[in-house]
Amino acid sequence: MSDPLLTHEIPGGAGWSVLLRAGRELVLSATGAGANCATLLFPVHDAVDRLNVPDTLKAQMSARIRPPMVLMSDRGIGLASVTGSSLEWHDCLGGHSVDAHVERFGASSYATDRNAWRRSARALFLLELAKHGRSAADLHGCVNFFAKVATGDDGSLAFVPGHAAAGDWVSLRAEVDLLVVLATTPHPMDPVWAPAGVRAEVRTAAPYGPHDASVTFRDESARALAAAQAVFA
Amino acid sequence: MSTALETLTSSPLEEESAALDVVVEAGDGYVGTIPAGASFRIVDLAGNQAADTLFYDAADLDNRYSAIDTIREQQQVYLTTGSRLLSANLDVLATITADTCGRHDTIGGACSQESNVIRYGTHTRHQHACRQTFLRYGARVGIDARRIAHNINFFMNVPVTAAGGLTFEDGLSAPGKYVEVRAERDLVVLISNCPQLNNPCNGWNPTPIRLLRWDAS
Repeated sequence: MSDPLLTHEIPGGAGWSVLLRAGRELVLSATGAGANCATLLFPVHDAVDRLNVPDTLKAQMSARIRPPMVLMSDRGIGLASVTGSSLEWHDCLGGHSVDAHVERFGASSYATDRNAWRRSARALFLLELAKHGRSAADLHGCVNFFAKVATGDDGSLAFVPGHAAAGDWVSLRAEVDLLVVLATTPHPMDPVWAPAGVRAEVRTAAPYGPHDASVTFRDESARALAAAQAVFA
Repeated sequence: MSTALETLTSSPLEEESAALDVVVEAGDGYVGTIPAGASFRIVDLAGNQAADTLFYDAADLDNRYSAIDTIREQQQVYLTTGSRLLSANLDVLATITADTCGRHDTIGGACSQESNVIRYGTHTRHQHACRQTFLRYGARVGIDARRIAHNINFFMNVPVTAAGGLTFEDGLSAPGKYVEVRAERDLVVLISNCPQLNNPCNGWNPTPIRLLRWDAS
């Protein structure tokens, strides 16, 4: 495996964003147990397009994110392929935390807690989005890498504590140039505030062909990848 | 707490006294306001029709219906009587007060020309789709592409499984079944009466819906 082009340690409870070239792979690794990495994707070529979780799910008949699914956009573009993971379930139904979730753990501010202050994924997302000229209108369903919300046959949703251990990982291959916005805040359904860090590594992805696992996964996945190849005519 | 899987509840409101009573043809849309306290009913006139619906806080269009927040806070994927329809700020926009269908989807999203291509192939690129209707009617009130959120599919049946699967199945709805919500604040409602021809969400034959509104006395 090639040396990473970029390595960044995101502490628990923090927000981060990175511009990821098409053809590069972003590997996220949990550096502690119970990690959660709320993630939004935006193609940089389009001011209004973004990851669309419902479209991703219905095209691939899944209520969770796992390899080798393709993460699809509002405009029908395959934004990224999940090329691998130590986990078979990443949540995409629980969404990101807002201030009300964080306030369950008591008051917190920079003045009292310095950089360990508790902030919501929403607050961190809005800050990172603002750096790229985006705002609350751009928020959409996110993927919570490393978290699991179990779906019951009766439609019930239940958070599964401790789904991820230190060392668990997931890799995403960018199919178009992407803005990736992340928040390592605890899942909004997590009853405990114990944010774990995430290491982000960017590498050059291996070129893929017709036998790539995401291409052969489903016809829908292949068509989303074809759309990504055809973004610019 | 989880709500029951299916809760059938009818409404005492009489059609004759409605302040709004309109039919939305297959593939057409509607945008309008619902004042706080009003009841708003969507009737599936011919059965098995998906009514793709979005609600917005009339005072702040970014405080819009959030499917994800709604299902997480109630720990239940399906919507039915008693479900609170939450905004992105966790405000209760509306409450489902009557439902003669049983349950409704909110994780399946709306069809678009582009997602139709992914799901069914390039030959569907120019078929009419819900996102077109959302864009057209939304533009009248300042709802642009970025403000088109993950919607409710009233009358649509999208079961999830414990194994993490998701399928589109024949609807539970039938002619005359309806769902009714009470507005908990002044709302804008944006509806696409789904034109999808390629899956069973409309029983392969899109049909009209009827909208009724009763304002609080």
